[in-house]
Amino acid sequence: MRALPTLARLAALALLAAFLMRPDWFEPVFRPLTENGAPAIYNQGSLLGLTLAHLGLVALATAGATALAVALAILVTRPFGAEFLPLSRALVNIGQTFPPVAVLALAVPAVGFGATPTLIALFLYGLLPIFENTLTGLTTLSPAVVEAAKGTGMTATQRLARVELPLAAPVILAGIRLSVVIGLATATIGSTVAAKTVGEVIIAGLLSNNLAFVLQGGLIVAVLAVLIYDGFTALGRVAGRWSGGTS
Amino acid sequence: MIELEHVSKRYGETEVVSDVTLTVPPRSIAAIVGTSGSGKTTLLRMINRLVEPSAGTIKLDGVDHRSVPPHELRRRIGYVIQGHGLFPHRTVAQNIATVPALLGWPRAKTKARVDELLTLFQLDPAEFAARYPHELSGGQQQRVGVARALAAGPNLLLMDEPFGALDPIIRAKAQADLLSLQARLGTTIILVTHDIEEAVLLGHRIAVMDAGRVLQYAPPSEILARPATPFVEALVGTGERPFKLLSLKPVAEAVEQGIVEGEPIAASATQRDALAALLWSGRPALPVQSAEGVIIGKVTVAGLSKRAARPE
Repeated sequence: MRALPTLARLAALALLAAFLMRPDWFEPVFRPLTENGAPAIYNQGSLLGLTLAHLGLVALATAGATALAVALAILVTRPFGAEFLPLSRALVNIGQTFPPVAVLALAVPAVGFGATPTLIALFLYGLLPIFENTLTGLTTLSPAVVEAAKGTGMTATQRLARVELPLAAPVILAGIRLSVVIGLATATIGSTVAAKTVGEVIIAGLLSNNLAFVLQGGLIVAVLAVLIYDGFTALGRVAGRWSGGTS
Repeated sequence: MIELEHVSKRYGETEVVSDVTLTVPPRSIAAIVGTSGSGKTTLLRMINRLVEPSAGTIKLDGVDHRSVPPHELRRRIGYVIQGHGLFPHRTVAQNIATVPALLGWPRAKTKARVDELLTLFQLDPAEFAARYPHELSGGQQQRVGVARALAAGPNLLLMDEPFGALDPIIRAKAQADLLSLQARLGTTIILVTHDIEEAVLLGHRIAVMDAGRVLQYAPPSEILARPATPFVEALVGTGERPFKLLSLKPVAEAVEQGIVEGEPIAASATQRDALAALLWSGRPALPVQSAEGVIIGKVTVAGLSKRAARPE
């Protein structure tokens, strides 16, 4: 019975791959959703190409957000960086409270249409969960463990690399997971400013009143989000295997 | 040899350790005993520079301990804390290999040392090396903590309430193990405890601390017989004093000539254990048996009660 969830995920992945490679196979499924002989499968570009571009955009934005958020959290938990804690909290919070649509609207005049404004919006939006989780992970370490790391003669850098970050890794990964899932959904609106994402399919469906397009765009993003979420959960379990499954 | 000379620690206006001077001879155990807030842990942590002294000097084997960077100093000093502080994300073997890894020992040498220590602490390397700390019992975790502290063969071992988290039966075993280990390795140990019983059992010398000051620094028999201040006397506890005095010496030193009936007592047992056995058996005397199993004489209630009296 324990293999069932894994099998379900593998099936979802296979179905998604099949749909992206050979969309016409699924034509009969979506046909009933169209009216007046409109096309049932998105035909203004490759679904696979859009999906890969979508994933690439989210991966790039999350990688950037992770690098900055983790670096900031490390900085403000060191003795010399503690005074920057309120400032960096404020900065990261602004990134989160600013709606992505507003970021897009403001970024387009500055950097033009295309992927860049979406990248900026996703990057800013992804900072907070990663920063807060890294901060939590680094500040809730057991005092006895930190004391032992010092007492055995580790330098500050060695303590960070060998003890603090590995122990905080499961919590940090949970933050990245949250950012990725938010990013996957948010990236769709990037297509309003001409970024190549699965949002194109949804927007095309809305413009031509084609429910089949809207549904296939939505389904692709939803399945991606579920699979990637599960992937990160599994990764977090590996990073926290030492805890015996309590975290 | 560890020499503390006029060591003080102030935090702002409060002085938590005041002008402490004491010397721990090589290959001996010094127990620092006091109530919480007496400054005993701060004193210990100043030796490996987890806390920097505000005044005074600390010398290890004649060399000022500030002559090397703190992290290098700490790699040479074993440190055991209450609640063991094992790294939860590292296996038992990786935990023990912490300091060898920092010192850059070759893999084979580290592995051999880890196996040697695990065996010394009665943990089968094949069974325990690959386990994570949460898979061990409290007593096993404590032993791994001590093994980690001893991994690079330090001359000095600092222990802060090392047995505080153990239940009484395991604690007694851990204390006995520490004594035999120290006798075997000859490591100098400085141990902090709030338990005078533990200090009397383990310490060759005991430093009694209160409000940042060392009130008395002397061998246990001296502390028991001639407490320097009313505080020391209260800490020792007058009701238990004769029994604690007896617990310091082995039966071998109280053997009298003569042959008596009864269950023999081992010559290596403490005189306190012998007295307990005598009272419990209801006999005035019991035979004493050497380690080789030979009856070497008897031990009597009368003889022991003389030894339990206040020394002149």
